[in-house]
Parts: sequence; C-alpha cells; structure tokens
Amino acid sequence: MNNLQKNRLFDTYFKYFGIACTFFGLVVLAIFLVNIVIEGAHRIDWDFLMNLPSRRPQKAGILTAWTGTAWILGLTAIISIPIGVAAGVYLEEYGKKSQLATIIEINIANLAGVPSIIYGLLGLEIFVRVLNFGGSLMAGAFTLALLILPIIIVATREALKAVPSTLRQASFGMGATKWQTIWYQVLPASSGGILTGIILALSRAVGETAPLIVIGALAYVPFVAKSPLDEFTVLPMQIFNWASRPQHGFVVNAAAAIIILLLITFIMNGIAVYLRNKWQKKVNW
Amino acid sequence: MKKTSEKVIEGGLAFSALITILTTIGILWVLLSESIGFFQEVSIIDFLTDTQWTPLFVQKHYGILPLLSGTFLTTAIAVAVALPIGLTIAIYLSEYAPKSLRKKVKPALEILAAVPTVVYGFFALTVVTPFLQTFIPGLGSFNAISAGIVMGIMIIPLISSLSEDALFAIPKSLREASYGMGATRFQTAFKVAVPSASSGIVVSVILAIARAIGETMIVSIAAGQQPILTMDPRDAVETITAYIVQVSLGDVQHGSIEYKTIFAAGITLFIFTFILNNISYWIKKKYQEKYE
Repeated sequence: MNNLQKNRLFDTYFKYFGIACTFFGLVVLAIFLVNIVIEGAHRIDWDFLMNLPSRRPQKAGILTAWTGTAWILGLTAIISIPIGVAAGVYLEEYGKKSQLATIIEINIANLAGVPSIIYGLLGLEIFVRVLNFGGSLMAGAFTLALLILPIIIVATREALKAVPSTLRQASFGMGATKWQTIWYQVLPASSGGILTGIILALSRAVGETAPLIVIGALAYVPFVAKSPLDEFTVLPMQIFNWASRPQHGFVVNAAAAIIILLLITFIMNGIAVYLRNKWQKKVNW
Repeated sequence: MKKTSEKVIEGGLAFSALITILTTIGILWVLLSESIGFFQEVSIIDFLTDTQWTPLFVQKHYGILPLLSGTFLTTAIAVAVALPIGLTIAIYLSEYAPKSLRKKVKPALEILAAVPTVVYGFFALTVVTPFLQTFIPGLGSFNAISAGIVMGIMIIPLISSLSEDALFAIPKSLREASYGMGATRFQTAFKVAVPSASSGIVVSVILAIARAIGETMIVSIAAGQQPILTMDPRDAVETITAYIVQVSLGDVQHGSIEYKTIFAAGITLFIFTFILNNISYWIKKKYQEKYE
C-alpha cells in the first residue's frame, strides 16, 4: 500500500470515527432516557403528583416539590428579568465606551464561570443570615436570580446587538429621546432574542440543586408553601434525596420525579428554540 | 423635564449593571471573612499539607489535600472522556459533515448540556456504576470513575461546540491551500485546521475543566463522601463541592469551625475556577483577531 492509499484510508476511518463520536453522547442520553422511563413511568399517576412526601415510597408524592419548583421559577423570574434586561440595555446602549462598562463586562465573564455552589455560599451568608430570610423561597429565589443574571445579560446584549443602527437613527431623526428609542423601537425589535435567553436561563434555574442545598432548602417538607417566606423543597432536591436512599422503592420514585423534571426542562428549552427560529426567520435586517 | 427623566432612567439601568459588581464583591467578602475566621483556628500550613480531612470527626484534621485529590481525579477522568470525543466531534462537524447535518447535530448535542446535573448523578449511580461493576471486580457503589465518566459526557457539548466555533472561524483559503497541495481532509484537519484554531480549542478545554471542578451534584451522588488521598479511580472519593454539600445537609451551627470549613473549601474552589476562567479570557482576547 502506498502513501496515498494510506492517507485516504486514514481519512475514511476518521470520518466513521467522527460519526461514531457525534452520536455517542446522544446514544448514551437515549439509553438513559429509556432506562428512566422503564423504571419510573409506571409510578406517575395523579396520587404521585398530589401526595405529600412520606417515609413509605409507595405513598410518597411530589406535591411539595413541584409546587416549590413553580414558586422558585416565578420568584426568580420576577427578580432576575428586570435587573438582567436593564443591565444588558445599559451595557449595550449606554456604557459602550466607558471604563466602568469594560470592568463590568470582564466581571460578568468571570461571574458566568463561578461554580453554582459558590453562589450557594453567598446566598447562605447574605440572604439567609444577613437579610434574615432563613431557608425560605425568597432566599432561594434571590440566590438563583444572581446565578442566572450573567446569562440574561449576555443574551440581552446579543439581541440588542442584532438590531441595526438605522432603526435607532430613524427614531432619533423623528425627535425621540434615547430612552424613547430604546423602549419603543429597540426593545420590541429584540424581544424575541431576549425572551429566548430568559427562558434558557430560567430552565437552568429550575434544574439547579447545589446552591439550594447550601442555603438550607429541606429535603423533607410536609406542607405546600403558601408565602415566599415559607420553607421549601424543589424537584431536584427531592430527586437527590430519593436517589441517595437504599430502598428500591425510592429509586423508582426518583426516576418518576426525573421524568417530570426533564419534561419541564425540555419544554422550556423547546419553547426557547422555537422562539429563536421564529424570530430569526421573521427579522431579516 | 425630559432630561431629568432620561437621567433617572439611565441611573436605574446603570445600577442594575452594578449589581453584577456587587455580586462579585459579595462573593469575595463572604468567602474571605468566613475563611479568615477559619485560618485563625487552623494554620494555613496544616491546611495545605495535612493529608487528612476529618472536620466532622472527634479527631479533627483540616488538610485540604484529600478533597483536592478527589476533585482532581474526577476532573481528570471527565476531561479524558470529553476531550477526545468532543474534539473529534468538532473536527468531524467542521471538516467532514455536510452543512445540513451540522445544523441539526449542534442543537441536539446542546440537549446534553441542558439536562440538570442531579439527573446525571442519578444516571451515574444507577446505570453507569452497575455497568462498570460487571467488568471491574470489587468496584463499590460509590467511585470516582463512574462520576468522572458521566461528568465527561456532560461537558462534551462544551468542548465540541466551542472548538467547532473556533475551527469554523478559520478562513477557507487556508484549507483550500492545503487541499491544493493534495492533502486529504484528515491531513488538512490535523495539520492545518487544528493548529490554526488551537487557541480557541485550548479555551474550550480550560472552560470545560473549570466546569468539571465546580460540578457538584454528580460527584455528591455517585462519587461518595470519603475524603481519602488517592489516585485510584475505583475508590470512593470526596470532592470540594461534595464536602460543602455534605456539611450543608447536616445541622451545623453558624460560627462553629465546621461551618467555617465550607467557606475555606469554597475559597479554594473559587481560586481554582477564577484562575482558569481568567486564563481562558486572556487567551480569547489575545488571539481573537488573528485572522481579521
């Protein structure tokens, strides 16, 4: 075999190796999903969704967990969306050349790389102790809001960047002020991109466990939270708790709860992808 | 009138942006103030050289090395899994695959990154560990290798996506020159494309390492809670993050030395990820405009 043939052979081998690698992760994910469904799907019924946690796996349900997740989702959204979008608008539209903006930009890049458990330590000191929220929904939501702020800010900036400057100039030309231009022209034009980023960030918050463990979210909460200052648990906490128990009944429960959690995350991601595609098709500057 | 309201709005927006700075200051303040309290009771030399970490036992030792070795071991396994696979995917998608496939596969791989980590932990404990036990005799139900492999699967999209972006950004002329010389795609990929995109690839790997070091739930569920100084992937190990979780789940009094240990562990973790993130940021800034 001469060199040329050898090189061509390598080329072909690598191609198939590449295909194999590309599908490796997806195949593993598929195996896992099938496994989870076989293990847990039969456990999901109305009682499982509506029962309080229990020491007996057959009677235990995820009512407190999914209501807690819904609370956390709502509160985190209320806190993080206005701050994140406002910060993104400031950095992209106002502070582009200032030194402060450069420092903030480097800072955000750094914050995005800080492990989530460190945010848990921050929340434990600031929200749980100094502001005295205790291990409540408020403390959890504020902690997660800080965690996802960098994602929302970066997404907002990307969306604003995609708006052409002619749109701004046309608005200025009509006598609009800077804020009027942003509020009536730029933000509506970029809303699709911003919304996509927000949904992705919130889906990240829904799946987070580590920071909530650190701020003291409980694994066993026998009541449904009624106010933001109540103690709480969330689906990932419940899964973590069940997964670390030896009885097989709880492993089944964990698998069933994972199906619910994955449904929520995949639906949120699906909406985000749908919005992104729709927005990209519609806007053609 | 209009001017004042414009100014007020701008002030409000600037304040929102400043919250990110306050977050950083908050993190530094919290980590430093609590760990200073810790280091008043434990000497920093003990902390860095003692080979035992037993703050929750009667016989207390505060050596961070076992936690560091656990973190390092699981991270090394994860990178050993994710780097070859992730890089091959990146090369395949940018140099071989038709554009339509690339467009479909990239978002599909992102699903791997969207799965909550607690779910990966469950996967490691209930699927991967039993599978490994069939051909690694004596493997316990908690071990570094299973957690590391699953963590590797999780960070594949991080490496493949960022590396692919870097490869995609190389000007076409470089590849065409290589093809013109009669090189195959394989030769072009490894002798032209990968070296040209090396800075972007290095950045992706560094970010993946930082991500693996800070990963919590997979190691908490599947790697165990035994801080022992070992490099054997079959052993149960405890990472820095898993230790913080372990203490947080228990009932630890504020102000006690046990409470302070999680901040000392936290600042160690923070320093590592901070350095890695800054190296990657610096590389990105330095080599960004090479081809423009």
